[in-house]
Amino acid sequence: MTDTTNNDYVAKPTPMIIQILRGIALLRESPVGLLGGSIVAFFFLLAILAPIVAPYDPNLPILPFALPGTEGPNGEYFLLGTDHLGRDILSRVVWGGQRVLFYATLATISAYIVGIIMGLLAGYYRGWVDELISFVANVILSFPVMVLYVLIITQIGASGANIVFAVVFASSPGIMRIVRGLTLDLRTRDYVAAAQTRGESGLWIMLVEILPNARGPLIVDACLRMGYTTITIGALGFLGLGLPPPDPDWGGMITQTRSFAGAGFAHMTLVPALAVSLLVLGFNLLADGLREVSIRD
Amino acid sequence: MGILLLKRLGMMLLVMLVVAFLLFLANEGDPYSIARGVLGPYAQQEQLTIWLQEHGYDKPILVRFLEWLGRVVTGDLGVSVQYKRPVAEIFWSRLGNTGILAAATFAIMVPMALILGVLAGMKEGSFLDRFISVLSIGTTSVPEYASAVLLSVIFVYSLDLLPGSSAMSNGFDIMQLILPTMVLVLYGFGYIARMTRASMAEVMTTHYIRTAILKGIPYKRVIVKHALRNALIAPFTVIMLQLNWLLSGVVVTEYAFGYKGFGALLLDAALRKDIFVIEACGLAAVFVAVLSQTIGDIGYTLLNPRIRFN
Amino acid sequence: MNNSENTGQEPILDIEGLCISYFTRAGEIPAVVDFNLTLKPGESIGIVGESGCGKSTVAMAIMQYMGSNGGIVGGSIKFKGRDMNEMSQEELRQLRGSDIAMIYQEPMAALNPSMTIGEQLMEVPLYHETNCTREEAFRRSAEMLEKVKLPDASRVMNAYPHQISGGQQQRVVIAMALLSNPSLLLLDEPTTALDVTVEAGIVKLIKEISEEFGTSMIYISHNMGLILETCDRVCVMYSGQAVEIGTVNEVFDIMRHPYTRGLFNSIPLPTADKNASPLIPIRGQLPLPHQRPQGCYFGPRCDHFKSGQCDVMAGIPWDTVDDQSGHAVRCARWQEIDWAHYNPEIPPQDEVEPGEVVLSVNDLQKYYEVKSSGLWAMLTGKKSRWVKANETLTFNARKRETVAIVGESGCGKSTFAKVLMGLEQATGGDISYGNVDIANLPVQKRSPQQIGSLQMVFQNPNDTLNPSHTVGGQIGRVLRKFGVAKNAQEVKQKVDELLDMVKLPRDFAHRRPRQLSGGQKQRIGIARAFAGNPPLVIADEPVSALDVSVQAAVTGLLMDIQREHDTTLLFISHDLSVVRYLSDRVVVMYLGQIMEQGTVEEVYAPPYHPYTEALLSAVPIADTSIDKKEIVLEGNIPSPLNPPKGCPFSTRCPRYLGEKCDSAMPKAQDAGNGHMIACHIPMEQLREVEPVIVVKPKKEVA
Repeated sequence: MTDTTNNDYVAKPTPMIIQILRGIALLRESPVGLLGGSIVAFFFLLAILAPIVAPYDPNLPILPFALPGTEGPNGEYFLLGTDHLGRDILSRVVWGGQRVLFYATLATISAYIVGIIMGLLAGYYRGWVDELISFVANVILSFPVMVLYVLIITQIGASGANIVFAVVFASSPGIMRIVRGLTLDLRTRDYVAAAQTRGESGLWIMLVEILPNARGPLIVDACLRMGYTTITIGALGFLGLGLPPPDPDWGGMITQTRSFAGAGFAHMTLVPALAVSLLVLGFNLLADGLREVSIRD
Repeated sequence: MGILLLKRLGMMLLVMLVVAFLLFLANEGDPYSIARGVLGPYAQQEQLTIWLQEHGYDKPILVRFLEWLGRVVTGDLGVSVQYKRPVAEIFWSRLGNTGILAAATFAIMVPMALILGVLAGMKEGSFLDRFISVLSIGTTSVPEYASAVLLSVIFVYSLDLLPGSSAMSNGFDIMQLILPTMVLVLYGFGYIARMTRASMAEVMTTHYIRTAILKGIPYKRVIVKHALRNALIAPFTVIMLQLNWLLSGVVVTEYAFGYKGFGALLLDAALRKDIFVIEACGLAAVFVAVLSQTIGDIGYTLLNPRIRFN
Repeated sequence: MNNSENTGQEPILDIEGLCISYFTRAGEIPAVVDFNLTLKPGESIGIVGESGCGKSTVAMAIMQYMGSNGGIVGGSIKFKGRDMNEMSQEELRQLRGSDIAMIYQEPMAALNPSMTIGEQLMEVPLYHETNCTREEAFRRSAEMLEKVKLPDASRVMNAYPHQISGGQQQRVVIAMALLSNPSLLLLDEPTTALDVTVEAGIVKLIKEISEEFGTSMIYISHNMGLILETCDRVCVMYSGQAVEIGTVNEVFDIMRHPYTRGLFNSIPLPTADKNASPLIPIRGQLPLPHQRPQGCYFGPRCDHFKSGQCDVMAGIPWDTVDDQSGHAVRCARWQEIDWAHYNPEIPPQDEVEPGEVVLSVNDLQKYYEVKSSGLWAMLTGKKSRWVKANETLTFNARKRETVAIVGESGCGKSTFAKVLMGLEQATGGDISYGNVDIANLPVQKRSPQQIGSLQMVFQNPNDTLNPSHTVGGQIGRVLRKFGVAKNAQEVKQKVDELLDMVKLPRDFAHRRPRQLSGGQKQRIGIARAFAGNPPLVIADEPVSALDVSVQAAVTGLLMDIQREHDTTLLFISHDLSVVRYLSDRVVVMYLGQIMEQGTVEEVYAPPYHPYTEALLSAVPIADTSIDKKEIVLEGNIPSPLNPPKGCPFSTRCPRYLGEKCDSAMPKAQDAGNGHMIACHIPMEQLREVEPVIVVKPKKEVA
């Protein structure tokens, strides 16, 4: 014990990035989870590298109704074909993916911040705080989700920020319930009692003693929710309530081109449909793998 | 037990009341926008004011809310701006159509999900378990709008087996019901199946199942009598909650296939600010959702002797 | 080993060379290695050992129920001459529950929550006997419930498991096992989950069963005292191996394996005294299955380990000590060890003189409202029921003194700790500590010094430390919070000092709780409690979740630190043996009230409160030289929600006087020197009661 690099033992939360890396390392044990993780990583990589990967401007009309694998007038190559307006589908899917992932991540993280705060308060303080928060959550959760989205978006208008707001509004009650349940369980642990008996504040206990121990189930749930938010953003686009055109989003691409599917141009609509399914599958498999791994340890 | 029931019903009423007020506030909170919606964008300020007075919109909002609530409870849902007809005339038949779709979906989805879930959960980690788990994760990953497109391409455009639209303009046609049902079942069954599997798998590791096996009763009876009774309590609640989810799903599915149901009506009304239709649909959706939640809660209590006799 | 030819009787069960492994992703983990056992008809044999020694695995192997990842990898289990490993599933099914039956550790978990008890009992005859009608099955089940002394059998038949108490549930499980009149009964820690007075009733029932039915029994337990009360022979297991087997008297009195000896050295007995003859813990800890040493598994922890003899590749074979009785031992050096002078000479320590009063509790009351103060209650204004968790507690604790608060579940001992720590506020009365009344001083309003001067050691080692933070971080936080250390340098220095104090390596500061064993975690918990150098520490069952050998070490450590720092220790426990061993004064509680208090010598000898008397009688004692009076209490501990009107003990009291006991709580009588007994029975009569525990003059053996 002569040379310890860490001279201060004060509790420090492990950096998030290290935790994520550790989680990925754990995934070695679950082939299904690893597959899911790879799919998700692939889409994130695609989103980040969109300017490099996408061959053309996603909104540039080049050659309408080109089938996959055909060439354009100036030697363009359409790996996945073009849509009815002549825009390259590969470019649109890649850029659309970036948009979907950006808003899904932003919305999920925001919803988590709200849900965690509410859940910790309700679960730790119980009593009327809990009943009030739970009642509000009950009211929101009593709406079928899509009905709620339609009502909110038609009221406040379709835009990226509004979609994020709607997702936070609709899904933070569910997160709050999970966090509340975990908190109710964790608050009975002796280490929480120990913190109380040494006079720690409620804030410290919630954030330092309870929250870090709830991370396992929350990470699993966050993966599932990322998938679900992806579905939702797509659904809003499909219903014409999504991100405003002409920038591509997957749901919008499906709805704009599906009338041409019967005329032999199914690729226009199938490509974004498969893309959204694959990404969601990735999130779901990843969540399943993480759950399996976290139960085992 | 009786108190619990009363409490649940009371809670349900309270939630409904709050939801009704929120819906009312969102739609009729600003009377001028209603008047403008009815009279058109070019109406003069005076015209609007006169219209508002004629229709009683000058009263305080709480009074208007209570009056509106009274009308809704007695079945008067107002007049649709878009169709210029009483909302009740359109609303109930649309709700009925959705009921048919929901019933068909549940009739297929629930037994399938329960059977697959129980089979998977009986032997955790077996090949069958892994297969069913991956299958249910896979199908749950395909959103309704994606599977609608995929299934249309296969069954309508390639195989030419089914009609691509479910508008039912020439009366009820069961063939037109198949695709929407398929879409909803595909997306929905996985969740119930996985919940059932988890519940069953958990029950199979309990000590009382060990007791039952070590008591020397036949395996079949262990499953049917000891395991299922406990394992199906949790899925029951999940199934009831799925009604809520189904109402979400029908919005997208009905839109995708042009099915004339309540979800399509709501979407249409919301886009066109047809306030009385929105209010009727919103209330109906929440009513169904809250009712199913309440039934789920009460059912959970009834199925669970630990709570029932306390 | 096999002495069946001596009696000429065919053994019921004959286990030879049994090896059981679990298969995990880390590979094959041997749980039980080379296990042998022969059980004759009517015989009962105990298997003892600490957690993880494989004793329950053996029971499950006999049942051929190993779970999905376990398997028998060698040896044979012959039941009435037939190898069970070879049997088909159907053959096993017919055997299970009829010829071999089992009683489980947690009766609540063992019974199906959504089937009535009647249904569950009736299954046994219905599926094991041809032509058994439902009526007959019902009749026989109800009869059996009466046989296991369940009052109101017909009501129980229609009840669900959660509607009856834990003790009653265990009686139901026993009835279920007996319904088919099995020839072999496996009992896997059948009383571990129960309160000690309830346990006594179950143990008595088990003894009666073995006499009445002549069933052969395998009794698995970690509690030596229980084995002594119920068994003819004992098999001691350590780390997956049986290390000693013999008759109860042999193993208890002339044990020939250092582990067995070590085990007995670490059990507190009523004859032990913390000053004169302190417990001797076994050093080190149980090896993990994949880290077992070569040769003797106990080698690294054994004082008599000899290289070349104890660490041979082939492992240590059985050696017969007494061919006649079957006493055998798995030790290479048992003949070389000087058993008569086994224990090292430990100089007795001086008795500590208690100092001035540090803590004074006066008429403390704590009532709980059952309903939460939720919106619903606020809206309806409905008054809710009250639980009287603590009722007029009065006692003192002096400097350097250990005061034990003893009682079974629901006696209010943990509530008292919460009030003391400021997590709850008293309903009435006061607690004077450091000249301040802290009964109504919530922890948020206490100064860091006040908080630091009154700390607690918690019960559950797996819960006491936050799994997300390092050990050093957690102790450091306490030091900063109490103002003991200000900067990083000071914190580090103090953390190191505290780790030294609890005899753990300093680099444990960087570890996380999951990298520590249970005993190590409790040591950290102790270090944390002593961080502010408090004059008073409360320990809430600090060792009850630990294995005996670890228990002794942690208890010893706690006492050493206490002695060094002149700390007053409030020791909350249900274990009368540990209390007897380490405390100076004892407060006996029942349903929120103090029944008796006094010095250890006073409380453990007549005059007794009838509850103390029953409690003493109920505690199993692992000493063959002790005679105990048998007092088995009827019924259950009443719910604190609905306590008896008069004396709380009136419903179960064997010395119940009648109406007087039902109507009023008795005043505490002074038996002299502050020895208080709260009972209606006149002191003269209480004085005439004979002692419960009597030490027989020990025969000189071997």
